Amino acid sequence: MSSDRRASPSDVVRPRNVGAPIKRTEDPRLLTGNGEYTADRKPDRPLHLAFLRSGQPHARIVRIDAAAARQAPGVVAVFTAEDIADDFKPVVPFSRMPNYYATPILPLASGKVRYVGEAVVAVIATSRYLAEDALDLIDVDYEPLGALARAELALADNAPLLHEAAGTNVLIAREFRKGDVTADLAAATVRVAGRFEMTRKAPLAMEPRSYAAEYDKRRDAITLYTSSNIPGIVRDAVSESLGLSGHCMRVVAPDVGGSFGSKGSLYPEELLICIAARKLRRSVKWTADRLEDVSSSSQAFAEIVDAEMGFDANGIATSLQADVIGDVGAYSIYPWTCGLEPVQVVSFLPGPYKIGSYRGAVRGVATCKPPTGPYRGVGRPISTFVAERLMDLGAAALGIDPLEIRRRNLVRAEEFPYRIASGIIWDKAGFIECLDAAAEAAGYDRLRKEQAEARKQGRLFGIGIASYAELTGIGSRIAVAPGMPINTGSETAKITIDSTGAITAAFGVASHGQGLETTLAQIVADDLGARFEDVRVIQGDSDEVPMSTGTYASRSAVLGGGAAKHASKILREKIKRVASHLLEANADDIEVTEGKAVVLGTDRAVSFKQIAKAVYSDMKTLPVEAREELSATYTYDPVNGTTAAATHIAAVEIDPATCFVRILKFVVAEDCGRIINPMIVDGQVHGGVAQGIGAALFEELIYDEDGQLLTASLVDYMIPSAPEVPVMDVVHVESESAVAGGFRGMGEGGTIGAPAAIANAIADALSPLGIGVSILPMTPERIFRLMEQAQIKRKADE
Amino acid sequence: MTMHVSVTVNGETYDVSDVEPRMLLSDFLRDRLGLTGTHVGCEHGVCGACTVLVNGDSVRACLMLAVQANGAEIVTVEGLGSPDELNVLQAEFREHHGLQCGFCTPGMLMTGEDLLRKYPLATDDDIREGLSGNLCRCTGYQNIVAAIRSAAAKRTEKAS
Ligand code: FES
Ligand code: FES
Repeated sequence: MSSDRRASPSDVVRPRNVGAPIKRTEDPRLLTGNGEYTADRKPDRPLHLAFLRSGQPHARIVRIDAAAARQAPGVVAVFTAEDIADDFKPVVPFSRMPNYYATPILPLASGKVRYVGEAVVAVIATSRYLAEDALDLIDVDYEPLGALARAELALADNAPLLHEAAGTNVLIAREFRKGDVTADLAAATVRVAGRFEMTRKAPLAMEPRSYAAEYDKRRDAITLYTSSNIPGIVRDAVSESLGLSGHCMRVVAPDVGGSFGSKGSLYPEELLICIAARKLRRSVKWTADRLEDVSSSSQAFAEIVDAEMGFDANGIATSLQADVIGDVGAYSIYPWTCGLEPVQVVSFLPGPYKIGSYRGAVRGVATCKPPTGPYRGVGRPISTFVAERLMDLGAAALGIDPLEIRRRNLVRAEEFPYRIASGIIWDKAGFIECLDAAAEAAGYDRLRKEQAEARKQGRLFGIGIASYAELTGIGSRIAVAPGMPINTGSETAKITIDSTGAITAAFGVASHGQGLETTLAQIVADDLGARFEDVRVIQGDSDEVPMSTGTYASRSAVLGGGAAKHASKILREKIKRVASHLLEANADDIEVTEGKAVVLGTDRAVSFKQIAKAVYSDMKTLPVEAREELSATYTYDPVNGTTAAATHIAAVEIDPATCFVRILKFVVAEDCGRIINPMIVDGQVHGGVAQGIGAALFEELIYDEDGQLLTASLVDYMIPSAPEVPVMDVVHVESESAVAGGFRGMGEGGTIGAPAAIANAIADALSPLGIGVSILPMTPERIFRLMEQAQIKRKADE
Repeated sequence: MTMHVSVTVNGETYDVSDVEPRMLLSDFLRDRLGLTGTHVGCEHGVCGACTVLVNGDSVRACLMLAVQANGAEIVTVEGLGSPDELNVLQAEFREHHGLQCGFCTPGMLMTGEDLLRKYPLATDDDIREGLSGNLCRCTGYQNIVAAIRSAAAKRTEKAS
């Protein structure tokens, strides 16, 4: 650029990192075995923890005899609830919701056990092998109190109470109402209804839960390394429970091997391991084995929904009502409460549709199972399953194409912001655009022709559509979980240029596979004017920012990204001011780019290194008042949050002999706002859809009538492997949101849309046989039974 | 009773005494040799995260005892490439975004190496079949398949 032509700032071409498929910073270490997951920590002479877990679903603990275990080789300590009673305060998952009972969280079962897998005794020994050996020497006498294996049973009048203090097994009850549903249903041209069930699932991250409490003798302090996606919340809770001030209780989530929600609540084992480290003044490690992980990590979904939808003659959905029973397990989790999952089902049931009147009632019922908690999508995989099944039933009853009925009911571009019947407000997003884009990418009309051909040959070929919307990047005005007292509406970024000129950006969010070290660096690089490779991102460490709640609920791109943008801007202004001294130019004429401050239209520039030297070391260059520390902190709150949306289309064929469902095509059109890294966005969609496929076709945690888990291994709890997952086609409808950066947040969507789309496709495939789909997963066994029943019915009709 | 185990791992020989016969190879690699790149996801032979090469064949380190590996030649993920110099398959995983949380990745890479060495992998279905013993909860497999496909293409280029 010649020096006589002065460019205005907008003319300056800066390398744009946001929007580019930049390769991940995380990868070199993770690909070479140099990652550090919690179980990889090597503290000095660590002790190892093992838990004796309840084999009883519901029983009084009469007596624990651990004398022999205490004498066993290598055993350093054995703790029961009694031994640690004075070492903590129970953690209570408080909420302002009415009709809610908060079950206190204890490190070990006290007085009674409430599910198979609940930790009862902790053994600490010099090796994990020896700790597990000693478990066999412990005797616990139980007095059975009667298993509550299913929510319907727990609702019965004479059912035993799981929490006597609650006075009921219904831990949470709520109802949402708008308009006169009864009247609107009565006036409807067509009413469709069903009893739908989404069975219990395991989020099943590949890394089992793992904790290492590292004891620092010098300060009597603990650093808890935890496979958690909420290290800040864990820090606050453990600190409060153990009476340790925050600077003596650091919580770090190092590399974390997936969570999907299962590592997003406070766990009793996290409390126990910190108590043990403190009592023994030693570092203690624990990693769940797969059985422990499946039978004690928070589980998912488990709802039965009786729902009905009314349509007018034009296929406009006028009314919707639903009664939901959530089987929430034995405890309310911290901090989200047992209301999180089932209440979200009724909050989101109207989905992206303009349904006039609504009544949604929910009861969360305690049973003898591990607590349900967040799992990718939370509530919406089932609300979408139900609403989309009803849409298809309505379409069939009215003879309208499923694509068309959705087009008639989705909120249209000019109607945003739109408050749906349950009260949620959708920010402008491409609902119709996603529907159209998905139909086009799937070749919808062609698929219907293919289907007609297939049907002529007697093949079971089906097409399913699902549209949904989700609240993402939620700010302080909305509670992530209803009535919860902690603030989940803000995140902090702290960006510093040190005396060497190096840039460090610290966040409280906690990546566990999403690649936040990469995407947040992309944002900082652009907004600060640095080179991507020069930005180091620190995250997942409670010592780095004063307060944070972590990564969940599709919030980190919006909240972490928004904080990054604002903090970068503040720091960039500081850089400009220093540079204006050094370059003797007006700060407004300076552009910061590629790690340098440049006087526009000239070749006069100073690097960040030179700027840092001037500020921190070389005391001759700048006047004292110009030596501003090169750091900026910003806490961003999007206040309301934003909306993300998508349409999924699946085409399936069912083999009538084996009853296996083959997915022939899977298309996602999604609007996640401004895309930071398209490679990562596609990866999130792929992974989410694969989990949705698991939920739709394979995955089910089965508990028998005695509350025993029958599917505790990876052989019995089947998640999709490579041959079961089809090639997915992802289309982006990129419309900018109103929050900082135009981001929307998108980590969960795949799991929300896929089960409904597949359910509808299966129902469509089986419709010639008069079979509907009302429960997921549709395993070959379920399909076989339905086909058999249909055949019997056909014969009887003949 | 303890035993002596002598193994070569990633070209380096280790002589370790006092190994309990019941110690799993996965625990031995991680806890005794400090090679924590090999991950443990199930300890019952299903997830494949612990896959290593023993005498050239892919093996689940959680289904083998350390003492059974006495005298063996083992390759773990640490033996493939370094952060500065990824090997071909590692580089393709990065290029195609074949990893998210990275927990299944060591097992995927070791299985991938084994597949690339032994099979023609003519179709993507062959790759998917070959990966069926390795679970990934993050990626939906699509990009892992793409990475191995690309590495297979490079292998063919090299051979011709
Ligand atoms: S840990 Fe060995 S197969 Fe899962
Ligand atoms: S990348 Fe997380 S399990 Fe595969």
